[in-house]
Amino acid sequence: MKKQKRMRTIGDIIGLLVAFFVFIIPFIFMFVNSLKDRRAANKLSISWPEELHWENYTEVLTSSNNIVLTAFKNSLLITLFSVIILIITCAMSGYVLQRRKDKIMSTFNTVVMIGLMIPPAILPTISIMQSLHVYKTLFGMVMIEVALQTPFTIMLYRGFMSSIPVELEEAGYIDGCTRSVMFRSIIMPLLKPVTATVIILNAVNIFNDFTNPLYFLPGSKNATVQLTLYNFMGQYQSSYNLLFADVIIITIPMLILFIFFNKQLVAGMTAGAVKG
Amino acid sequence: MNKKKIYSTWFIVPSLAIFTIFFLIPLLTSLFYSLTVWDFKTFRFVGLDNFKMFFSEKSLSGSVVNTLIYAVLTSGLKVIFAFFIAVFLTSKIRTKNFLRSVVFFPNLVSTIAVGITFAALMHPTKGLFNLAIQAIGLSGVDWLGNVHVALYSVIFTDIWKGVGVATVIYIAGIQSIDKTYYEAASIDGANGWQRLVNVTVPLVRPAMNSVIILSLIGGLRTFDLIWAMTGGGPGFATDVVASVVYKQYAAGFYGLSTAGNVIMFILIAVIAFPLQKFLLSREED
Repeated sequence: MKKQKRMRTIGDIIGLLVAFFVFIIPFIFMFVNSLKDRRAANKLSISWPEELHWENYTEVLTSSNNIVLTAFKNSLLITLFSVIILIITCAMSGYVLQRRKDKIMSTFNTVVMIGLMIPPAILPTISIMQSLHVYKTLFGMVMIEVALQTPFTIMLYRGFMSSIPVELEEAGYIDGCTRSVMFRSIIMPLLKPVTATVIILNAVNIFNDFTNPLYFLPGSKNATVQLTLYNFMGQYQSSYNLLFADVIIITIPMLILFIFFNKQLVAGMTAGAVKG
Repeated sequence: MNKKKIYSTWFIVPSLAIFTIFFLIPLLTSLFYSLTVWDFKTFRFVGLDNFKMFFSEKSLSGSVVNTLIYAVLTSGLKVIFAFFIAVFLTSKIRTKNFLRSVVFFPNLVSTIAVGITFAALMHPTKGLFNLAIQAIGLSGVDWLGNVHVALYSVIFTDIWKGVGVATVIYIAGIQSIDKTYYEAASIDGANGWQRLVNVTVPLVRPAMNSVIILSLIGGLRTFDLIWAMTGGGPGFATDVVASVVYKQYAAGFYGLSTAGNVIMFILIAVIAFPLQKFLLSREED
């Protein structure tokens, strides 16, 4: 028993050491360099700053006409509206998809699940967006994010629906509920746990999305946080302090989400991956 | 009760409409536009010329090889590393919840931010990687500037960022294994290693299959990490299909870019779909 206990402590120590060197040092590196002056940051060392330059953060936020603030506003709007639309449309689809097993539904299911694997066809999408006059608009970007996250979100809702007993709907049906009342007042409240997962996971994915805004939302007034970070990389090649300040600014919302919603995140990432 | 009436087909219409307009139609038309020279307004049919060009130019066809190396290595190494991390983090150590969080968190950090940070850590003269290597007496490596090393440096970073997801999938799989299997194995005299090989490995297979498929597809589609760390360079040493798609688009070769996109679909279709079928059939045995 004593030997086992000692083994466990050794395990703890090794685990912490490896985690520190492999996973924590890069974050310390980002943070200390975001607080140095330009000259010190460009040495790319991990030493503690001699003086704390918190003004790096205000400088980043206000540079080129507050572009980072604009980008935050854009990213938050895109994320917010995409997530709202995803919740409504995918809860409805997942609900019907799980309850009805017929030809229409299985075709729909197959078609949507293609989207889990296949990446978007980029230029034809741009071409369609142009003909609908939504290219380079926040609305168009929201539609793209919704379309691309739909397969996974439907999968989450459909999976969760199978744990909700159909008797509730039968009772509602006998009581004369219309189908929209049934969905809104019986089903949606029961879907709350998976909706939490859907919100968190999609928010992270959409907020962190770089590739799609790069293609579908070019132009400086449409900047998103990931695009501005990428552009800073070219612009601030010799001011690592500002570059890392921006990195930290973008990472902090994720850290906050992670601290509060760790469980939903892990649940979402493993959903569908492990059966029973 | 009348199923069609309660579970009305109208419920799927909003999803289907958005998905069709912004995903399916572009997907289908891309098959046609990949056979053309195209500027969004007019097109000229050129048959398979774009594909011929793609495979005859070494700077383009190399991207297919790089994509395959990238996908196989990131996926394979995540499958192995994440398994051992998950076994370690489901043991009885006290710090496991903290360690799970630490391993998982990089996955939430934006890929561009991770790329910037690792590009700095891998700086040839000032970066911490080389300082650490030089401290133990070896000579430094030009991680992102050497054509033979750069792709593997990005692969390393990808694994650093993504191993956490694979780990939590494995952890969920390991936790769903019935404890009585381990007890039975112990009674039969199996030691720790034998329990791992003969109980954990076979029973965690569904989780392992998910890890393989998810990370393989992720690897075949990879773009942003490469774009942030090397931009496809040095030369074309780290170009993958997705970065070629972007470069040809930026250069105005829309037909060629779309052909690259179609090559990506084909790669995924001929690798991921059969692999998933195979893994699922093995799971059922």
